[in-house]
Amino acid sequence: MAEFLLGAAGFVLAMVALGLVRILRGPGDADRMMAAQLLGSGGIAALLLGGAAIGDDTVVDVSLTLALLAAFASIAFVQFAPPSSPGAPDDEERT
Amino acid sequence: MIEVFHLVPALLIGALAVYTTVARDTFAATVGFIAYGLMLTVAWVQLHGVDVALTESAIGGGLTGLLLVRASAKLRATEAAARAERPRASTRLAAAILAAAVSAGLAIAVLALPDPAPTLAPEVLANMGPTGVGNPITAVLMAFRATDTLLEAIVLLLALVGVWSLAPDRVWGGRPGPRYNADPDGILAFIARVLPPIGIIVGIYIFWVGADDPGGKFQGATIVAAMWLLVLMAGLTDAPPISRRLLRAGLVAGPVAFIAIGFAGVATAGAFLAYPDGWSKPLILVVEFALMPSLALTLGLIMAGAPERAEAASPREAAP
Amino acid sequence: MSTLVDLFSYVAIGAGAIFFLAGTVGLLRFPDTLTRLHALTKADNLGLGLVVLGLLPHVAGVLPALKLIAIWLLVLLSGADASQLIARAARRGEPRSRPGP
Repeated sequence: MAEFLLGAAGFVLAMVALGLVRILRGPGDADRMMAAQLLGSGGIAALLLGGAAIGDDTVVDVSLTLALLAAFASIAFVQFAPPSSPGAPDDEERT
Repeated sequence: MIEVFHLVPALLIGALAVYTTVARDTFAATVGFIAYGLMLTVAWVQLHGVDVALTESAIGGGLTGLLLVRASAKLRATEAAARAERPRASTRLAAAILAAAVSAGLAIAVLALPDPAPTLAPEVLANMGPTGVGNPITAVLMAFRATDTLLEAIVLLLALVGVWSLAPDRVWGGRPGPRYNADPDGILAFIARVLPPIGIIVGIYIFWVGADDPGGKFQGATIVAAMWLLVLMAGLTDAPPISRRLLRAGLVAGPVAFIAIGFAGVATAGAFLAYPDGWSKPLILVVEFALMPSLALTLGLIMAGAPERAEAASPREAAP
Repeated sequence: MSTLVDLFSYVAIGAGAIFFLAGTVGLLRFPDTLTRLHALTKADNLGLGLVVLGLLPHVAGVLPALKLIAIWLLVLLSGADASQLIARAARRGEPRSRPGP
């Protein structure tokens, strides 16, 4: 079981890490923020799986903290990023 | 299988560090850094440093992201100019040499470390009994090296003084940061109402388990501070003017209690910050209880920023 | 009995991992911001939910199990709110549009 849990943790982490290519590509800041959001959820899942595999219960508290603050960076992003001048949608944006 | 689990964060930390450094776009670098902090959290868990992972998750997930997103929003206006700038070849060469020298120095230092590394861990475990706490990290922070913890709390206060000193004279004593506006019935206001009660309980829980498990006042205080900032950002409340006496008393209460107990140790146990026999656990608890609110307040106010508005509660101060 | 429980965990965690895979593929392949957001929320809600479901039989005691469920609920709450907020920010015109690097 532990082997499977570790493998699953590595897989989930590798998957959400691939999503980080969105930080590179953008095009918008919202897309970059989403990659961080996905990495957050994946990180929580990987920590839960890894913690269960190595039998360390205290890791759950780390996940709890991450889950509590999961939306924090996105909220800061929305509050501080002012809308740019309208009429400049990015290339891929549907209008 | 454990290799896969260890390999992914190791590779990602390197890649994200490089990306965050070379990205010219400030916001993209900020998101890269948030992801980097998350991977550090995972790496600390893998190194069995759950205490550090907890700190990283609270600081990285809650406070650093906010700080950097806000900074990148402020830098936005100057970004085009910064992007157009291209330092001279000699400057670039000097920077490259300096950076390479620092990296080489660090690499040599790491490679030169004795193996096995010198450690006091067995002695900590052997002498933990009298402190009455079950978490060796807490024993080190609150008993064996309590001076460090006291100085850290004071350093945070000094940092806050540093942030405040950025205020222009005319708003000195006023309210920190902008007055945030958000739809009072919107999503942001909703989560700012729902999350803080849960967050405060989690913060106190993390603080409470610190005696025996990973956790402690610092992590708990960070979570509580993040909750206050959430309420602030949703516009549900306003930051207090920094001239309030009660506020300042709250800021110094924790360190003052710590110092008082430290001096009491001179009288009762013969040394500064020594605890008399059998009193370690209760005194450690008193110090932790006193420090946590002060730390939360200090961290929250550091993040709220320098005073930007005069004390008047009006959203925009009227011109005289 | 325990093999049955293990089988349940394998299936649930495997399915959760696949939702993370799907979320990533969507985030990378979907054509615009709002559809990518749609892909993201699946990973948040179902991926983590299934992983938590698969881990539940392996935790000792009711309290740790409740903690796992609380983590999932918190991520649901945060994920739903964050995606609403990001979608709104994306719709009022990208917070900032600029030529690519």
